[in-house]
Amino acid sequence: MAKMNMIQALNSALDNMMERDPDVISFGEDAGYFGGVFRVTANLQTKYGLDRSFDAPINEAAIMGMAIGMAAKGLKPVAEIQFSDYIFPGLDQIVSEMSRIRYRTAGAFTTPVVVRTPCGGGIRGGQTHSMSPEAFFTQVPGVQVVMPSNPYDAKGLLIAAIESPDPVIFFEPKRLYNGPFEGHSGGALASWGNHPKGEVPEGHYSLPIGKAEVVREGSAVTIVAYGTLVLVAQAAAEKAGIDAEVIDLKTLVPYDIETIARSVNKTGRCIVAQEAPRTSGFAAELAAQIQEECFFALEAPIQRVTGWDTPYPHAHEWSYFPGPDRFINAMNTVLEA
Amino acid sequence: MAHTEPRFHVPAPHVRPGDTPDFSHIHIPPAGEARRPDTSVAGMETQDLALGLVRVLDHNHQAVGEWDPKLDAGVLREGLRHMVLTRVYDDRMLKLQRQGKMSFYMKSTGEEAVAVAGAMAMSNDDMVFPSYRQQGILFARGRDIVDMMCHCISNSRDNLKGRQLPVHYTWAEGKFFSISGNLATQLPQAVGYAMACEYRGDGEIAATWIGDGSTAEGDFHGALVLASTYRAPVIVNVVNNQWAISTFQGIAAGEAPTFAYKGMGYGLASLRIDGNDFLAVYAATQWAAKRARDGHGATVIEHFTYRADAHSTSDDPSGYRPKGENAIWPLGDPIERLKQHLIGLGEWDEERHAALEKELNELVIASYKEAESHGTLHDGPLSPVESIFEDVYAEPDWRLRRQRQDLGV
Repeated sequence: MAKMNMIQALNSALDNMMERDPDVISFGEDAGYFGGVFRVTANLQTKYGLDRSFDAPINEAAIMGMAIGMAAKGLKPVAEIQFSDYIFPGLDQIVSEMSRIRYRTAGAFTTPVVVRTPCGGGIRGGQTHSMSPEAFFTQVPGVQVVMPSNPYDAKGLLIAAIESPDPVIFFEPKRLYNGPFEGHSGGALASWGNHPKGEVPEGHYSLPIGKAEVVREGSAVTIVAYGTLVLVAQAAAEKAGIDAEVIDLKTLVPYDIETIARSVNKTGRCIVAQEAPRTSGFAAELAAQIQEECFFALEAPIQRVTGWDTPYPHAHEWSYFPGPDRFINAMNTVLEA
Repeated sequence: MAHTEPRFHVPAPHVRPGDTPDFSHIHIPPAGEARRPDTSVAGMETQDLALGLVRVLDHNHQAVGEWDPKLDAGVLREGLRHMVLTRVYDDRMLKLQRQGKMSFYMKSTGEEAVAVAGAMAMSNDDMVFPSYRQQGILFARGRDIVDMMCHCISNSRDNLKGRQLPVHYTWAEGKFFSISGNLATQLPQAVGYAMACEYRGDGEIAATWIGDGSTAEGDFHGALVLASTYRAPVIVNVVNNQWAISTFQGIAAGEAPTFAYKGMGYGLASLRIDGNDFLAVYAATQWAAKRARDGHGATVIEHFTYRADAHSTSDDPSGYRPKGENAIWPLGDPIERLKQHLIGLGEWDEERHAALEKELNELVIASYKEAESHGTLHDGPLSPVESIFEDVYAEPDWRLRRQRQDLGV
């Protein structure tokens, strides 16, 4: 075991997999020599050479197309999109090609690509460095969608993503790269060094894709979250002294309905959370499915804690970001119902 | 208020429906004129070839000049057979679509040499990333005709389980990649595949095809950047058949003198060739394949040709171009030109040609009969309904398992 932040944990996952499997190749803008603007691919080029870790031209569609072609030949490309806000030029390749090639060829060709991309707000990133575009991808049959919330999960899930026979969109909440975040602006920055999930094995291990985890046991209300909001939800429950059960979804597609339903059937109340704008967000899918699964156990309408239906603002970030107070309000609402 | 003076430049074809077909504005250099540099030539030193027109067969159907690939008569006859089969197949499939036997079809009439000679000049181990109008590759590589038809009528033997529109073939064993409806997406994929060939060091290369219209897509640019940056062993074929549905090639080309010339901006070796000249297509592909295999990088080949028929079975070209254009296309018909060349060599004659057409016609008719015995789109049997939930992922997850139950299958 070693103490790692999320960047080091992700780097360790890539290092482990590149060591084990010569078909694993990492590339993206600034992801080669420089080691990535967030250092996730640091030292890989030195260790594995230019053929395995290299810089790509600034063209997200070309990066995705190249990855698909490599995968068709049997390689395991891990492509980095520098910010998930910039994944859209690659959307055609992801939606029309990568996600469907197994299906449209009846399995004759497959595209086990991993797309790594930093996501989420809380970093004064403004409109184009803060987005949470996961719902654009949860809507696409054929891709798996993963978002870890801590270093231990990040490494185990990235290894699982690379080993998955299916394409995976792997969202990395950049707010959590260097430390846990409880949703309070200002204040001292926390470190993963003192956090139990900052203890990460140096060797190979993986966590199952499709499996959620109850990270805080409770009986009053279930909060389903992923990424940064898992930590925010936990902190909010502590602050308010509410006996909330917090589920870290980890995988959005395919999401772990069993763990969610078990919890909601126990608590009878549910909040679903996402940083993304509310309308047609992934929380809407969760709310609909929970309503179907747990209708007779529900004692209050399901609440959504989300970003607003606006582009992500710069100056008013903390009025946009769903912080602990919004969770507390939502918990009070469902408990009073 | 209507205004008559356009405020910006919108290119238009020389003639429109009702006008007399006219290609007098197209300059056709004589066959044999273009030089054939060594395959290791620097990309930027091919500018004259990107602006010119590599042609081997002259107006007397004789092979002339440095690009003559000097093929055996046996190879030429094989090429002729694949081209005639492609045309016979296309004609039959059009008829069957008109009879309601399949939902959709796209012919490649007039462009048979581009696909057939291109495929024959490569190794069968090389991967091809075609667009939807290179069915000739499948014939050149020996794809079973019944299997092709079963795909087009989406029956129980369709290797794609009825999931794709007709003509969106996939043939993994024949190294024929999945055809996508989304234009130009296959280009960066072909480059990535070629890079993986280089990584594996297996000596294989990749080739891809795109139409003149689709070169306007961003993926064309992205692919050429990748191919140039990583010196990928790939051949990028631009099939300039003058038309993108109703849009003449000038809309995609803009002020660029040729589509091949676009390759110069990326420092790539670029050739513009007579796409209706089997020998020119073969020679250029052979040149580009050697260049790629020897590590000198990618080649852009513009095949100058003409889409002799409608864009698809959903299209009527009389709405945007004069009737009879195909008959006066200055580069003629690829099948007729190779046929006359072989006759000139004393290696072919009209009787054998008529016999070949008859044989292939009968083959195609018999093949369709067999294909139909495995079902049709309208009357079945199709692939099992539950197969719609398979191959979305390696294993269906709970959502797909439940949805299959919801459908009751």
